[in-house]
Amino acid sequence: MSEHRYKWVGTRQNRPDGADKVTGRARFAADFNLPGELVGQVLRSPHAHAVIKSIDVSRAAALPGVKAIVTGADFPEQPDQVVPAGEMQVNLRDVTRNIMAKEKALYEGHAVAAVAATTADIAKKALALIEVEYEKLPHVIDVREAMAEDAPILHPQMRTEGVTPTPSKASNIAKRLEFTKGDAAAGFVKADFVIEREFTTQPVHQGYIEPHAALASASEDGQVQLWTTTQGHFQVRGFCCRLLELETSQLRVTPSEIGGGFGGKTVVYLEPVAIRLSQKAGRPVKMVMSREEVFRASGPTSGGHVQVKLGATRDGRIVAADVTVALQAGAFPGSPVGPSCMCSLACYDIENIRVVGFDVVSNRPKVAAYRAPGAPISAWAVESTVDLVALELGMDPIELRLKNAAKKGTKTHYGPTFGVIGMVETLEAAKASAHYRSKVKPGHARGVAAGFWFNIGADSSAAAHVGEDGTVTIISGSPDIGGSRASLAMMAAEELGIDYDKVRPIVADTASIGFSFVTGGSRVTFATGLAVINATRDMIHQLKLRAAKLWEVDVDGVVWQDGEARPSSTNVGEFEPLSLAKLAASASRTGGPINGHAQLNAQGAGPGFGVHIVDLKVDADTGIVTIDRYTAVQDVGTAIHPSYVEGQLQGGAAQGIGWALNEEYIYDARGKLQNAGFLDYRMPVASDLPMIETLLVEVPNPSHPYGVRGVGEVPIVPPMAAIGNAIARATGVRMVDLPMSPPRLSAALDAASPRLAAE
Amino acid sequence: MAKIHVTTTVNGEPTEFLCTATQTMLDVLRDVLGLTGAKEGCGSGDCGACSIIVDDRLVCGCLMLGAEAEGRRILTIEGMAEGDKLHPLQQKFVELAALQCGVCTPGVLIAAKALLDRNPDPTETEVRFGLAGNLCRCTGYDKIVRAVLEAAAEQKEIAR
Repeated sequence: MSEHRYKWVGTRQNRPDGADKVTGRARFAADFNLPGELVGQVLRSPHAHAVIKSIDVSRAAALPGVKAIVTGADFPEQPDQVVPAGEMQVNLRDVTRNIMAKEKALYEGHAVAAVAATTADIAKKALALIEVEYEKLPHVIDVREAMAEDAPILHPQMRTEGVTPTPSKASNIAKRLEFTKGDAAAGFVKADFVIEREFTTQPVHQGYIEPHAALASASEDGQVQLWTTTQGHFQVRGFCCRLLELETSQLRVTPSEIGGGFGGKTVVYLEPVAIRLSQKAGRPVKMVMSREEVFRASGPTSGGHVQVKLGATRDGRIVAADVTVALQAGAFPGSPVGPSCMCSLACYDIENIRVVGFDVVSNRPKVAAYRAPGAPISAWAVESTVDLVALELGMDPIELRLKNAAKKGTKTHYGPTFGVIGMVETLEAAKASAHYRSKVKPGHARGVAAGFWFNIGADSSAAAHVGEDGTVTIISGSPDIGGSRASLAMMAAEELGIDYDKVRPIVADTASIGFSFVTGGSRVTFATGLAVINATRDMIHQLKLRAAKLWEVDVDGVVWQDGEARPSSTNVGEFEPLSLAKLAASASRTGGPINGHAQLNAQGAGPGFGVHIVDLKVDADTGIVTIDRYTAVQDVGTAIHPSYVEGQLQGGAAQGIGWALNEEYIYDARGKLQNAGFLDYRMPVASDLPMIETLLVEVPNPSHPYGVRGVGEVPIVPPMAAIGNAIARATGVRMVDLPMSPPRLSAALDAASPRLAAE
Repeated sequence: MAKIHVTTTVNGEPTEFLCTATQTMLDVLRDVLGLTGAKEGCGSGDCGACSIIVDDRLVCGCLMLGAEAEGRRILTIEGMAEGDKLHPLQQKFVELAALQCGVCTPGVLIAAKALLDRNPDPTETEVRFGLAGNLCRCTGYDKIVRAVLEAAAEQKEIAR
C-alpha cells in the first residue's frame, strides 16, 4: 500500500448506509408497499421448448379478486435491433419475448402469462386457471449439441452472423467472432512444444440473495412510478419505455437498496410486466420472484466449451496461442463470448494469436452478465493450460507468467495497446507474498492463476449541493451495490477539504439526477467518482465566486483550502477565511443556492489484473477439496476505501471458489432444471472457506485524479484455474470440466488411479 | 378462511396479530407487523436471511408458522439495538465493513447474536459453523467472521 497522501482517500470510514443496513431499516425492493397494491404473479412454461398454440385466460379472469391478466399479446412487437444491456448486448425483439413469451416457450420457466390479484392466494389460483395449449418441440440444452447440424432449431429466422457468405440455413449459432494478432500457424512452427486441451464449464447463477422484485404504480394520466432492485434504474427506464411505448418522462424509476446483483440485475424481468398489469388494473402492482423463479428464469451466466492450444519455447516464452470459445447464450443470442475471447489471453504478451468465438442458443434461460462476463470461462481454460506449460518446463508458474506478462505497450489481440497496467507488479507482489514464500504443508498443494478485466467508464451524472448550514449532499445515479456511496463521499470530502461526515451521498431516482449508465463493468468508483469530483469542483468554483463577491475581489484572488475560501495572497487583501457554513449562510445575498453539477462519458478506465494463490488438499476417497489458504493479489489503482476494495477481492474469490468446486445448473432429459434452490445449488457457506487474504497493489490509473481503477470483476477470473492447478499438483489429475465437485473429482481420481498405480 | 388470533411478544413488546393457518412467521413479520428487516431470500430455510430468535433459539422465519408464535418471545433485527445504541455486533459490522449489499446482514447478525449468546468466546471455526446457515454472496465471509470474533473479544474485555 502506498503512503497516504490524502486525508480521506485510502482510509476506512464507516459507510453512510451502515446503520440502516445493520438495523433492518434499509429498504430493499420487496420492502416497498403502496396502499391498495395488488400481488402480481407469473405463469411459467413447464416445457423446455414448445409452440404456444393458444392461451385462454377467461376462467382466471372470472375469479373474484383477479384484477388484470397479461400475456405476450399485451406487449407490442419490437424491432430487430441490438442495444446495450449493462456489459452485454441484447436485441429488443428478444427482450420483449424474454419477459413474456410470444409464439414459443423457449425454456422451462419462460414467462407465458401474469396476473394481478388482491391476494397472493388468489393470484396463485388464477395462474392455475389459465389454460395454455402447448405443442412440445424437441429441445437442446448442451452447447456442443446445439451447434450440431441436426440440432432442434430455436429461432427459424436465425442465420449465423460473422460468416461469409451468410448461411442459407437456420442455425443455433448466432454469431462467430475471430480475433487475430500476428500469425498463429507460423507461431506454432517456432514453438519447441505445443500443449492442447479442451475444457468445459457449466452455467452458474449470480446468486444474489435478494430475489428480483418490483412495485409499479401506473396513473390514469399515463404517468408511471416504479420501485425496483436494479444495478441501473436508467436502464430499467429505457427498457420499460421501449417495451411499453412510454415516453421517458412518463416513467420515474426509484432504485431500492440492492441485495446483490453481480451483473444479473442489469436487465428487466418483472418491471415491464408489473407496469402493464398496473396499467390494466388501475392499481399498484407488486411482484416478487421466488428463489425457484430466480434460478429458472433469471441470469445465469453461460456454460462453455473452450479449446486451448499454446506453443512455447524451452526458455519459457509462449510464442503462439489458439483459443476457441463456444458459449451458451440461453434461449436468445447474446452470451458474453466477445469479452470471453478478448480476456482469454489479455494477461500475456504473445506474438501470434488466433481466438475464435461462437455465441450459441439453447433451451435455457437467457444468460445475463455475471461479474467479468465471459472472462472466467476462457481464463479457466487458458490458465490451466499455462500451468501445463509451466509443468512441462519445470518452471515456477509465477516466473513463467512474469516472462510472458503483458505490460505498457503490449498490443492486445482484440485491438487496444495497453497503457499503464499492473500485471507485472501484481505478479511480483504475489511472488513476494508471505503466502507464496511459505512452505506448502504436507498433504497440500499450491496453485496459481491470473485474470484480467477491462473495466469501463461510460456515462455518469452527479450533483453536489451545499445545505443552508454548510453541509454537503452528493447526488449520483449509480445504485450502490457494495459501498460506493462511501467512496464517492470520501472523494468529495477530499476535494472540499471538509470532514467525511459532513458529506452525505445519496442515490437519486431517474427524475432527480441526469442519466447514468448501470452499476457494472467496475465503473462506479471510477466514472461516477469522476462525475462526483467534477461536480464538487464545480461547486467549489461557485464557492470561490461567492467569496470573491463578498470580498469585492476578482475570483482569481480566491483559493479553496481545507474547507474554506482564502485570499490567494496578501496582495488580494486581508480577509478572514470564509467557511462553507459562512458562505452557505450568505448564499441568498451572493447569488442564491450553491450547487455543482457534472456529466461525462468517462474515458480511460484502467484495466485490472489479478493473481490468486491457493493451498488446498484433496480427500482421495470422497473428492472433497478443502481450501487451506487463499490469497488474492490485484492491481487496484488507488484503493479509495481499502476495506471495500478488499471486500471485492474476497467476494469475487469466494464466488470463483463456488464456481470451481460446486455450482452448476443440472438438467434432466426433459430439459427441466433439477436444482432450482439453494439446497441443491450449492453456493459456498462460511464453513467452506478460510479467510481470504488480500494484497492491494496500487498502480494508479493516470486517467483519474486519485488513480482509481475498477476492482470488482477481476477477482472472479483466476479462482477456477488456481484451484484446478492446485488439484493437478496435489493428485496428478488434470481436471478439465467444471465444477470439480466431489462426485466428479472422485470419479476422475478413480479413473486415473490404475494409471497412477502403474506408473 | 378464518384467521387465527395470536398473542406473543415481539422485541419485548406484547403483540397481538391475526394470521391465516398457512402464513409463515416471516410473512406475519413483514406483511402484518410491518417489520421488514427479516428478508425472504429463498423461502426454504437455506439462506438464513429471515433468521429470528424464538425463545433463545435461532429459527428461520420462513420455516415457522405465524400461529406458532403464540406465547413465545420473538427477537428480530429491529429489536437488536438498544434505543439509539447499536448492539456491539452491529457496531463491529459497520466498522469492519462486514457487509456489502447488506441484504443478508439482518439474518447474519441475528445468527451471530444467537451464537454469542450460547458461546461468548467462539473460535474461528465455531463462528464459521455457527453462521453456516446464512448465505452471503458478497463478502466471502472473511470480514463477517472477523467482525463476530472482534465483537466477542471486545465483550469479553468489557466483562472482565
